[in-house]
Amino acid sequence: MIAVIDYKAGNLTSVVKALRYILGDEQTTREVVVTQSPDVVRGADKVVLPGVGHFQATQLLEDLGLTEAMRESIAKGAWFLGICVGLQWLFEGSTEAEGTKGLGAFSGMCEHFPATYEGADLKSPHVGWNSLEQIRPDSRLLRGVADGAFVYFTHSWRAPVVQETAAVTNYGGAFTAALERENVMGVQFHPEKSANVGLRVLRNFVEL
Amino acid sequence: MLTKRIIACLDVRGGRVVKGVQFVDIVDAGDPAELAHRHAAAGADEIVLLDITATHEGRGTLLDTVRRAAAKLFVPFTVGGGIRTAEDAAAVFNAGADKVSINSSAIARPELIGKIGASFGAQAVIVAIDARRGAKGVEDAEVYVSGGRKPTGLRVVEWAREAESRGAGEILLTSMDTDGMRDGFDCELTAAVSEAVQIPVIASGGAGSAAHFVDVFGRGKADAALAASIFHFGVTSSRDLKAQLAQAGVSVRLPC
Repeated sequence: MIAVIDYKAGNLTSVVKALRYILGDEQTTREVVVTQSPDVVRGADKVVLPGVGHFQATQLLEDLGLTEAMRESIAKGAWFLGICVGLQWLFEGSTEAEGTKGLGAFSGMCEHFPATYEGADLKSPHVGWNSLEQIRPDSRLLRGVADGAFVYFTHSWRAPVVQETAAVTNYGGAFTAALERENVMGVQFHPEKSANVGLRVLRNFVEL
Repeated sequence: MLTKRIIACLDVRGGRVVKGVQFVDIVDAGDPAELAHRHAAAGADEIVLLDITATHEGRGTLLDTVRRAAAKLFVPFTVGGGIRTAEDAAAVFNAGADKVSINSSAIARPELIGKIGASFGAQAVIVAIDARRGAKGVEDAEVYVSGGRKPTGLRVVEWAREAESRGAGEILLTSMDTDGMRDGFDCELTAAVSEAVQIPVIASGGAGSAAHFVDVFGRGKADAALAASIFHFGVTSSRDLKAQLAQAGVSVRLPC
């Protein structure tokens, strides 16, 4: 069972729709469940944490006991995919909401795009199709995705490049577009809105 | 590198895609769901569906059309027309839209921008501006509502700034002077708005050739450009258009 966590941070319709599309006929045996229940999360073999919007919204995860449930799930080997704010939450936190802690699975803080870069103004949010670079050859999530492949982003805060970064994207310097350490994965872009490249990433996750 | 986006727009009336010349003459161009898929397959970076008669005839957005179009669409999908309340927006999101475009209702109740953003994120709220140049040109360009039927007295650049400050995620700027003429975008007006705000500006109205897109991405400083009639009758596909743009040095999503 794939648990998609609903913590009232934007629209889950597209993520769920894409996962069900990929499962196709397997939907009868492999459910996609939208949930706020820690017990459902503990029983899932895969967990997806989507979310667009404010980092503050992740506070609800703690309040509902979902942070602890996800921590336990990850520890016992469930596959985890954070999307957008879901990726940022895997870090220690974000300057967007200083009082709200992330999971801390990866070190560093998420920060706002700089107002200028190399002497020129930098618009934010970063919205649109940008390319994945320096894809780690051993990445299971990005298997079959070529360097330079385009995916769709929409965000104003970004995660730093760390040892576990699986691909970077350049906009006002490099940031983490995807990261992966064993069963814990995240993407800053929206695979559910990134045409064939995005579907490939989701398929890789579903088939793990 | 962040690429310039090509957005295919479906103007829908009575459940069919239509395209007017300067908002008036209407020609039938097909089924919205079918055309949305065809455009995505042909390399469009994004799809916008505008229910062009919703506001003045008082109809709600065609949720069933949205649902059918969104079913297997894996690129960003925006829906506009007849969205008057946060509840209307929620219904459109639940039917499968990723963003809503609001126009008349944002002017009538600017707080609606922030209200939708609070539930679905600022990135999900596009404020559409229908603009017409004034006596002094770009400087006194005015905002129109109700499908271009009513002048509002608002200056375009000022309204764009206010929309941004109220939490809009993007601006969709349509020039009524150039719309449907296939004679090029209003690059001066687009640049004026793009320089006034931090959020992305989508240029609309007047696409007729690849050179027009090169112009609006360069001189017009647009982040994205929207076209409708140029695509529907097989004039060109997004993929062909992007190949021409790439040749001209514009960064676009290719292959797609």
